[in-house]
Amino acid sequence: MDASSPHLKNVSFAVVGSGGAGAITAGSILLEAAGKSGWYGLLNRSVGPQIRGGEAAALVRLSSKPATCMSRAFDILVALDWKKADRFIGAMPVAGGGLVIADPAAGEPPRAVLDADCMIVECPIEELVKSIEGGRPNMIAVGLVSYLIGLPTDAVMQIVGSKLARKGQRAVDIGRACIEAGIEAAAGFGRAFPLASVPQPEDPRWLITGNEAVGLGALRGGVQFAAAYPITPATEVLEYLAPSLASIGGALVQAEDELASINMIIGASFGGRPSVTATSGPGLSLMMESLGLAAASETPIVVVDVMRAGPSTGIATKSEQSDLNIAVYGFHGDAPHVVLAPLSVADCLFTGQFSVHVAETLQTPVIVLSDQSIGQSRVLVDRPADVSILTRRKPFEPAGEVYDRYALTADGISPMAIPGQPGGQYTADGLTHTEHGTPSSSKKDQKEQLDKRRTKIDGFEFGDHWGVAEGDADSDTVILTWGSLTGAGREALDMLADEEVSARLIALRQISPFPADVLTTALESARRVLIVEQSHSGQFYRYVRAHIDLPSDIRQLHREGPVVIGPDEITTLIRDWNSQ
Amino acid sequence: MSVPNLRPKDFTSDVTPVWCPGCGDFHVLMSITRALTQLGCPPEEVAVISGIGCSSRIPAYTNCYGFHGVHGRSLAVAAGLKVARPDLTVMAMSGDGDGFSIGGNHFLHACRRNVDMTYIVMDNRVYGMTKGQPSPTTEPDWDSALSPGGTGLSPFHPLVIALASGANFVAREFSGNIKATTQTIVEAVRHPGFSFVEILSPCVTFRPDEKEWKKQVHVASVAETDDPARAARRIMTDDGMNTGILYRGSRRPYAASVSKETGDVTALEKAFEI
Repeated sequence: MDASSPHLKNVSFAVVGSGGAGAITAGSILLEAAGKSGWYGLLNRSVGPQIRGGEAAALVRLSSKPATCMSRAFDILVALDWKKADRFIGAMPVAGGGLVIADPAAGEPPRAVLDADCMIVECPIEELVKSIEGGRPNMIAVGLVSYLIGLPTDAVMQIVGSKLARKGQRAVDIGRACIEAGIEAAAGFGRAFPLASVPQPEDPRWLITGNEAVGLGALRGGVQFAAAYPITPATEVLEYLAPSLASIGGALVQAEDELASINMIIGASFGGRPSVTATSGPGLSLMMESLGLAAASETPIVVVDVMRAGPSTGIATKSEQSDLNIAVYGFHGDAPHVVLAPLSVADCLFTGQFSVHVAETLQTPVIVLSDQSIGQSRVLVDRPADVSILTRRKPFEPAGEVYDRYALTADGISPMAIPGQPGGQYTADGLTHTEHGTPSSSKKDQKEQLDKRRTKIDGFEFGDHWGVAEGDADSDTVILTWGSLTGAGREALDMLADEEVSARLIALRQISPFPADVLTTALESARRVLIVEQSHSGQFYRYVRAHIDLPSDIRQLHREGPVVIGPDEITTLIRDWNSQ
Repeated sequence: MSVPNLRPKDFTSDVTPVWCPGCGDFHVLMSITRALTQLGCPPEEVAVISGIGCSSRIPAYTNCYGFHGVHGRSLAVAAGLKVARPDLTVMAMSGDGDGFSIGGNHFLHACRRNVDMTYIVMDNRVYGMTKGQPSPTTEPDWDSALSPGGTGLSPFHPLVIALASGANFVAREFSGNIKATTQTIVEAVRHPGFSFVEILSPCVTFRPDEKEWKKQVHVASVAETDDPARAARRIMTDDGMNTGILYRGSRRPYAASVSKETGDVTALEKAFEI
C-alpha cells in the first residue's frame, strides 16, 4: 500500500514498549481521537506481571462499524523499544504488507518481526525526543500513527490537551510538539493506511472498558453498596465503583480479604441495599462458601468474576474462560443460583444491570463471568441504550400474623423483610430451616426448601436475554460459544459471509440455569456444531453436552490462555469442515 | 428512636436454645435482652449477626433481625450491614473459635476499621459444638482427643489484640454476673466505633472446670482508662479474670455509609462521552 491506497474500513496498530514507556497512553489517545472523528474502535492492553519495566503494548483496532474483536494481525507496529518484545511479539503478528516502525538506536527487531512479510522503517524516535526538551517517545508514536491512518490532527491535539491538562500547559505544549515531530517523520515514509471517512456521530460516542461498564451496569441496576479486595484483572471494577458509589450516596468498603468482601455484601444486602463485589478466580474460590450462604439464606448479591488464566495464581494479566466450572458447580450441596456472561465489552453494561435485576428478583447470588479480554479492553461505541428494568424484591407487608421469611410460594419467591420493618424480624440462616426460618434438620424442611430454591431459579423468564443467535438462520453449521468469545464468533460470521459461506452463531449469556429448551430449539436444524471456548479442558463443551443432545458432527475449538481465540481460527475450521 | 416500656421478653423469641443446661450463654442472652431493653431500641431496629458455634446460635433466640452466617465471618456481615444501614443498632456475636481462630483476621481489621457496632465474644476456651477441641484461648496443657496432652501453644489474648488493632471500647465480663454484663453491653452499644466485649461464658459440658470461674472472677480494682498502652499493660499483667470496662477510646468511627436516598446514575454516564 502507498499513500494513494484505497481508504480502509478497518485498520489495526500496536504500540509496544516496556512498562512505563507510555504505550498504553499513546494507544488510548489515538483511540479517543478516532472516536471524536466518528470511528469505532477497540483497545486491548497486553501487559506483563511487572508493575514497571515489564512488557506493555496497546493493541488498537479502528473500524467504520462497531468493532467486535481485536485483529489477529496489525497493519502498523510502533516499537518504543524492543526490550521485552520477545515476550509478546509472537501474539501480535504484523500483517502481510504491514509496516513496522522502530528506532535503529533500540537495536535489532526480534526474529518474528524480521521474518515477517512486512516493511521495516527506521525512525530515530529517541533523537526526535531529545530535540524537544521534556519530550516523550510515546507522544512521537501518537504523531506517527495519527499521520499514517489519517486522523484529523485537530482531534488528536484536542485529546492530548485534555489528557495532559492536569500536568500543566507546558506538558501539553511538549506533547503537541512531539506529535508534530512524529507527523513530520511519518510523512517521509511513503506509506499510509488511511481510514475511510465516516460521518460524524450525532451523539457523542462512549469510550468505556468492560470493567467500567459492568460497574456502571450494576449502578444502573440499583447497587448501593460494594465491598472490594484488589485482584487483577478485576480491580478496575472496584476502582470505578468507589468514587461512583460515593457520588450517588452509596458506599464501597475495602475489605481485608475476599472472605470479608463477600460477607460484607451479604450483610449490606440483608439490610436492603443491592450489593456487588468483583474478583477473579482466586478470589472467587475464597468466596464459594459464602456464595452458598447467600443461596441458602436467599440473600441477593452479585459477584463479578473477571476471569484470568488459571488454575491457582495462573497468569493474572491474561484471559481465559476457565472459571465456568467453579461458577456453576463450585458450591457444596445443591445450591441453585444464576450465572451470566457478558457478550462483549459494551454488553458488560447490560449484563451488569440485568444481573442485579435477577439477583434482587430471585433473592439469590448471581455470578457474572466477565474476563480479562473484555474487562480491560476499551471500546468506542454508540451511547448504550437506557434499559429500563423495574427491579424490586418481593416486599414484606405486615399483616399482623407470624411472618414466615421462607414461606413456600408458587414461584418459590418469598416476601423479604428488611431490618427496620416492624413485625418482619427473622433470622437469615445458612442452616436448613423451616418456612419461618427456624433451624431444622427434618426431612420435610430440607426437601421443601431445596425444592423452593430450585423452583424460583427454574421459573425465571430470561426472555431474549438468554443470548444471541446471529447469521444465516437456515444454515446447518453453527458456531456455539459463550461470553466474551461472541465477538470472535461475530467477526468469523462476517468473514465467512464475505466468502459466501453460510453459518450461524449462537452465543450464551445465560449460563446457569442452562437454557436447554431455547438452545434445543435453536439447534433444531443444525447438522454441524463447532463449540468455541477459551479453556484447556473444554469446560463449556462438557457443560452443554450434560444438558442437551447435540448433532453427531461436533468439533471443538478450545484452548487455554494467554492467546485469545481469534475469528480466523474459527473460519479456518469451518472452511476445513466444508472442504471435507 | 427510643421506646419506653420495653421488656426483656420483647427481645426474646420462642425458639428453644440448643445449649446444654448450665451453659453460660443463657446468661449472655439474658444480659443482651436486658441491655436492649435498657437502651430502648425497638427490636426491629436491632440486628444480631453471628457465625458458627454454640454462641452463634444466639440470633434466632432474639426477636431482633438476625443473621446466622458461615463460620468466622460475622464481623464482615455486620460491617457491611452497618455501613449500608447506619440507622440500625448492629451487634455481632461469636465464640472464641469462631471469632479468634477462623475469624481472627476479620477481628483485627474490624478493630482497625472501627465501624460503629458492638462485638460480643462468648469465650469458653473450647469448641463446644464439635464436642471439645482446643480453641485459640485454651490453656496449652488442656488435654483432648484432637490434641492429646495439650496444644503446647500460648493462648491468644483477645483484649490486647483488640487494643493494639484499634478497638474503641474494650471490656471483659463474666456471664454469671448478669447485672454488670448488662450494664457493660449498654455502654458498649452507646460508645461510638467498634466496641469489644469478651464475656467469659463457661462450657459446663466440655470444660466443667470452668464452673469455678464464678469464684475466680473479680471486678477490676482500677478505673477504666482512655490510654491504650496503660490498658494493655493492665490486661497483660492481670490474671485474666479481671472484669469491667477496661478501655474507652475516642477514635473517630468509620465514616462511609449509604444514604437513605441515592442520587441519579445518569450523571455518572457523562464521564464516558467523548
